[in-house]
Amino acid sequence: MIPASFEYTAPSTVDEAVRALADAGEDAKVLGGGQSLLPVLRMRLAAPTALIDLGKIDEMRGVREDGDSLVIGAMTTHYDVQRDSLVAEHAALLARATDTVADPQVRHRGTFGGSIAHADSAGDLLAPVLALDAEMVVAGANGRRTVPASEFFVDYFTTAMDPSEILVEVRVPKHSGWHAHYEKFNRVAQAWSIVAVGAAVRVENTSIAEAKVGLTNMAATPVRARAVEEALVGQPATPDSIRAAAAHAAEGTSPTSDGNADVEYRQHLARTLTGRAINTAVSA
Amino acid sequence: MTSTVEPEVGRARLRKEDARLITGRTRWTDNITLPGLLHMAILRSPVAHARITNIDTSEARESSGVLAVVTGADLADEQGSLPCAWPITEDMKAPDAPSLAVDTVNFAGEAVAVVVARSSYEAHDALDAIDVDYEDLPVVLDMQEAIADGADLVHPGLGTNSSATWIFDSGEAGSGGNVDEALGQGEVVVERTFRQQRLIPAFMEPRSVVVDPTGEQITMWSATQIPHILRLMLAMTLGLPEHKVRVIAPDVGGGFGGKLQVTPEEVISLLVARKLGRPVKYTESRSESLQSAHHGRDQIQKLTMSARRDGTITGLKVDLLADMGAYLRLVTPGVPILGAFMFNAIYKIPAYRFTCTNVFTNKTPTDAYRGAGRPEATFAIERMMDEVAVELGMEPLELREKNWIKHEEFPFTTVSTLTYDSGNYEAATEKAKELFGYDALRAEQAERRAQGDPVQLGIGISTFTEMCGLAPSRVLGSLSYGAGGWEHAAVRMLPTGKVEVVTGSSPHGQGHETAWSQIVADQLGVPFDDVEVLHGDTQSSHKGLDTYGSRSLTVGAMAVLKAGAKVIEKARTVAAHMMECSPDDLEFAHGKFTVKGTDSSTGIQDVALAVFAAHDLPDGVEPSLDSEATFDPENFSFPHGTHLCAAEVDTETGAVRLRSYVSVDDVGAVVNPLIVEGQVHGGLAQGIAQALFEEAVHDESGTLTTGTLVDYLVPSAADLPSFTTDRTETRSTTNELGVKGVGEAGTIASTPAVVNAIVDAVRHLGVNDIEMPCTPMRVWQAIHGGAR
Ligand SMILES: Cc1cc2nc3c(=O)[nH]c(=O)nc-3n(C[C@H](O)[C@H](O)[C@H](O)COP(=O)(O)OP(=O)(O)OC[C@H]3O[C@@H](n4cnc5c(N)ncnc54)[C@H](O)[C@@H]3O)c2cc1C
Repeated sequence: MIPASFEYTAPSTVDEAVRALADAGEDAKVLGGGQSLLPVLRMRLAAPTALIDLGKIDEMRGVREDGDSLVIGAMTTHYDVQRDSLVAEHAALLARATDTVADPQVRHRGTFGGSIAHADSAGDLLAPVLALDAEMVVAGANGRRTVPASEFFVDYFTTAMDPSEILVEVRVPKHSGWHAHYEKFNRVAQAWSIVAVGAAVRVENTSIAEAKVGLTNMAATPVRARAVEEALVGQPATPDSIRAAAAHAAEGTSPTSDGNADVEYRQHLARTLTGRAINTAVSA
Repeated sequence: MTSTVEPEVGRARLRKEDARLITGRTRWTDNITLPGLLHMAILRSPVAHARITNIDTSEARESSGVLAVVTGADLADEQGSLPCAWPITEDMKAPDAPSLAVDTVNFAGEAVAVVVARSSYEAHDALDAIDVDYEDLPVVLDMQEAIADGADLVHPGLGTNSSATWIFDSGEAGSGGNVDEALGQGEVVVERTFRQQRLIPAFMEPRSVVVDPTGEQITMWSATQIPHILRLMLAMTLGLPEHKVRVIAPDVGGGFGGKLQVTPEEVISLLVARKLGRPVKYTESRSESLQSAHHGRDQIQKLTMSARRDGTITGLKVDLLADMGAYLRLVTPGVPILGAFMFNAIYKIPAYRFTCTNVFTNKTPTDAYRGAGRPEATFAIERMMDEVAVELGMEPLELREKNWIKHEEFPFTTVSTLTYDSGNYEAATEKAKELFGYDALRAEQAERRAQGDPVQLGIGISTFTEMCGLAPSRVLGSLSYGAGGWEHAAVRMLPTGKVEVVTGSSPHGQGHETAWSQIVADQLGVPFDDVEVLHGDTQSSHKGLDTYGSRSLTVGAMAVLKAGAKVIEKARTVAAHMMECSPDDLEFAHGKFTVKGTDSSTGIQDVALAVFAAHDLPDGVEPSLDSEATFDPENFSFPHGTHLCAAEVDTETGAVRLRSYVSVDDVGAVVNPLIVEGQVHGGLAQGIAQALFEEAVHDESGTLTTGTLVDYLVPSAADLPSFTTDRTETRSTTNELGVKGVGEAGTIASTPAVVNAIVDAVRHLGVNDIEMPCTPMRVWQAIHGGAR
C-alpha cells in the first residue's frame, strides 16, 4: 500500500531536529530507521503531516565511553550494536538481545533508539535496557533531560517522552565482567517475541553476587523480575538453585492473551525461559 | 549445425528464466505502464455480513486526481455473476456472486467501491473519503453451527447454508463392499476427527491487473495462472465477444492455486476501463491479498476405519464438512471432491464411503490451494494409519506395508474407481528408511522416553499418492466439471532452424521455458539455446487450459512432443526430396535425417531453410515446418512417495524442532532434476507450514486477525531443517515421457509426516492428536492436559 503524503526534512544536528519538530506542529513524527514507522504509514494506520528524518545526524550515531557508562547514540543501527566492541565488553546483554531482532535487512536499517522510542511491548531491547538500569537522554525545546528506564516505559507504545522530544542517546552503566544471555521464544525465526527474558548476572567464586532480569512481552511495558533477582543473590550458580529462583518469574506480570499464547502459557514460559536464560548466562 | 549427443532430458540445467525473475527486471503485471494509464484502488468491507444502506462518494469524487468513483450499483447491470465451473450436484445451491457488492457484503474484504485516479496515491487518498453505511447482519462463521436447524443464513435467499452434499459409496458404485457392514464387523474400529485449518496461498507476487480497452480487442494483463480460461470466462460472464478479448499472463510470481481464479478485481478493472475508455491498473496490497484472494483447505474430517486384528483394513468411512466461504468461486465446490478419490490412498481398502457437505460461511471464499483436496485426504488417512497402528499395537510402517498395493499388483483399480498405472511403494519406503536411519532413531526415541528426557523424539511417517496430470476430459465430464483437461501446443521451426514452442500451459514459477526447451532440443536434435518457449498470451498461444494440478508436464509437454513429432514428419518429406530418396529410407536422430545404411545425411535445421525458400518442394507440401497438437490424457498420473520426519518436542515449552526430514518421491521420469528438487523443497516448506505455522484466523465478528505477514506465519529457510531428498523412478505408463508430475507432491506428504512425528513424540504422555498448526502452546497444552 501507499502512505498519505507528508512533508519531509532531514536536519543534520539534534538542535535543528528539535526545532524542525516544533515547527512542523503536533502531527509531525521523527523517522529513525523506519522499520516500524514505514509499515504503519503504508497501512495508513497513521498519517503524520511531516517526517523529520534523523538519519543525517552524525552525533546520534555510534557508541562511546563516558566514565562508568556507555553512551549509545539513538541512531546506532542494530547491526552496529551487534558488532560494537564496547557493547560486547560492558553491556553484552544488549548485543545478545539485538542478535535476535528480526533479520539482517531490518537490523541494517532499524535503530537502537527507534526501538526504544517505539516502545512495542514485544520489542527485544526494552527489557535489557530496563534490566541494565539505563537512562534515556531526550532533547526538547527546553533542552535535554534524562529519564531512567524504570520511568521511561509507560504503556503500550507509550513512553515518558513528549511528542516534541527526541531520544538522543542512551546511557548504560557498565556491566563489565557480567554474564549475560537473552532467551527469546517465538514461532518463526524472524518474528517478535512471544516472551523473552534478558538476564545479566555477576558471579563471585561460584555464587551469584548480583542478578538483573528483564522480561519482554509480559506486560504493557518491560518488567523487572525483582523476585527472581532477590532469590538469586547469594545462591550457588547451579541449575537447581537457578530453577528455584526462576519459579518467581511470573510474579507481578500482567501478560495479554493472543493466538500464540494465553496468560497461563505466557507465565509458564516466563518461568521456564528465565531459568534457561540465567543458566545459559552463567555457563557462558 | 551441432547435434546434442548428451541428452538434454535428465540434465540439471539452471533455469533460463531465473535471471529475469529473480532480479524482477521483467514484465510483472505491475511493471507494465501504458500511455494514459489510470490507477484503481478498492474500498473493501470491514465487516463480514451487512446490508449496505448508503454509499456517499461525493467527497471522494472531488478528491485530487480522481476520475471516477464506482459502486456496485453502477455496475449492477453489466457485472454478471462470477463464474463457478464446477456444479458438483444437479441441485447445488450457488448464490449470485457480484464482483462489486451491490446491496449486501458477505465477507470482510469484499469489494464495495473503487476509485480511479491519475496516480495510485490519489486513488488511495480518495478511498478514505468514501462513506459507507452498513447495517449489520448476523455473522455465520462455524460450519457445524451453520448447518444446524435454525441457523442464521449467509444467503437467506438460498434457504440454507448447505450448498451441496456429494456422496461416493463403493457398494453402490460396485467398486467395493458396503462400508456399514465392514465397520459393523470390524475387530478394531477407530474414529477420529481432524481439522484442516484455513490457509492462505500467500504467493509472492500480489495479484495485479492492467486493462487496455483502447484497441480493437480489450487487452488484459493479469497475474493469473489461467489466461485461457480467464478469457473464456470473461467473455461468458460479461457477454463480451470472445474474439474481442485478449488475455496476457506475463511473468507471474507464484500462484499455488491462488491465481487459479476469475477474480472480482479482474472483472471490475475491465468494466471500469471500458467505461472510462482508458487503460486502468490495479495492484493489491499484501494485506488485501491475504484478506481477499481466495483461501484454501478449511475442512472438518471425520474418519471411521475398521481393521482385523492382524492389521488388514476392512473399511473406511469419511464424513467431511468443507467451508466454501461466502461464495462459490471457479472450482470451490470441487476441491473437496478431488480428495474423495484419495482417502484410500495407496491402500487396498475393500469398502469405502465418502460424504461431503459444502457449507457457506461469512468468510473469504475458499478454492484451490496447492494439492487441492488431495493433501486433506492424505493427511487424514496417514494420521489414521498411525492411530490404527497404535490401537493394534503394530509398528506403523508395518501396518502400511500390510495394506498397500504391491508393486506387482499394478495396474490396480482402487475402491474409489481410479486405476493406478504404476508404482513401487516398497522401493520408495526402503530407500527412505535407509536414508533416515529409521532403526537408530527408533532406538534413540526409546532411550529418551526411558530417561524422561525433557526433549522427546518422534518419528513421523507419511506415504502418499495423488491423482494428478489433470486430466482426462471424459473423467472431468463425469464429475460435472465445466471443461476438459486436454492441452495444446505448437512447434514452429523458423527459417534459420531456431524453434518456437508455444504452450497452452501457463508457468508461474515452474520453469517451463527450461524444461520444454530440454524436451524439444532432444526431440528435434537442436541445441537447447535454439529453442524459445512462448506462453501466457491468448494471441500467440490461442488455445490452452493453463497450469494447475501438476498437469503441465504430463499433459502440456505431451502436446509439445506430439507437435514436435509432426514437424519431424513434415521435414522428413522435404529431406527425402532433397536427398532423392524415399521418406521411409530416412532415419532421424540427433537432428539429422540419414539414409539408412549410409553416411549421407541432412540436418533438420538445413531442411528448415529449404522449406522457407520453397524453391524445390515436393508436390503438395506446404512451405511450413509449423505444427500444432492437442493431447488429452487417457488417465491421471500417480506420483507417490514415502516421507519420514524426525521431530524433537521440548516438553517444557511445547516447541517443536524438526531434526531431519527425508523424502523419497517417485515422480516417474525426470526432465530436469534441479527443477524437481526445487518443487519438492518448496512443497515441503509449504506442507510443513500447514503442520506448524500457518493459519488464517477470524475473530467472532468475522475479521481476519492474521491479516499481515506478522501474524500469518509463512516460514523461511531458518525455520526448516535441511531436507534430504531422493527419488525412485517408476515410469508412468500413461504418457510417452513416463512423467508423473511433481508440483504438489511435497505439500501433500509433508503435513501428516510432521504431525505424526509430533504426536509420536508425546504419545506416551497421553496425547493422541494435536490440532494444526501445532503451535508450541497447543503442544504444551496437549502434554499438560494429557498428563493430568
Ligand atoms: C520484519 C520486521 C521484524 C521485526 N522484528 C523485530 C523483533 O524481532 N524484535 C524487535 O525488537 N524489533 C523488531 N522489529 C522492529 C525493529 O527493531 C525496528 O527497528 C524498531 O522497532 C524501530 O526502530 P526504527 O529505527 O526502525 O524506528 P522507526 O520505525 O523509524 O520509528 C519507530 C517509532 O519511534 C519513533 N522514533 C524513532 N527514533 C526516534 C528517536 N530517536 N526519538 C524519538 N522518537 C523516535 C518514530 O517516530 C516512530 O514512532 C522488526 C521490524 C520489522 C520490519
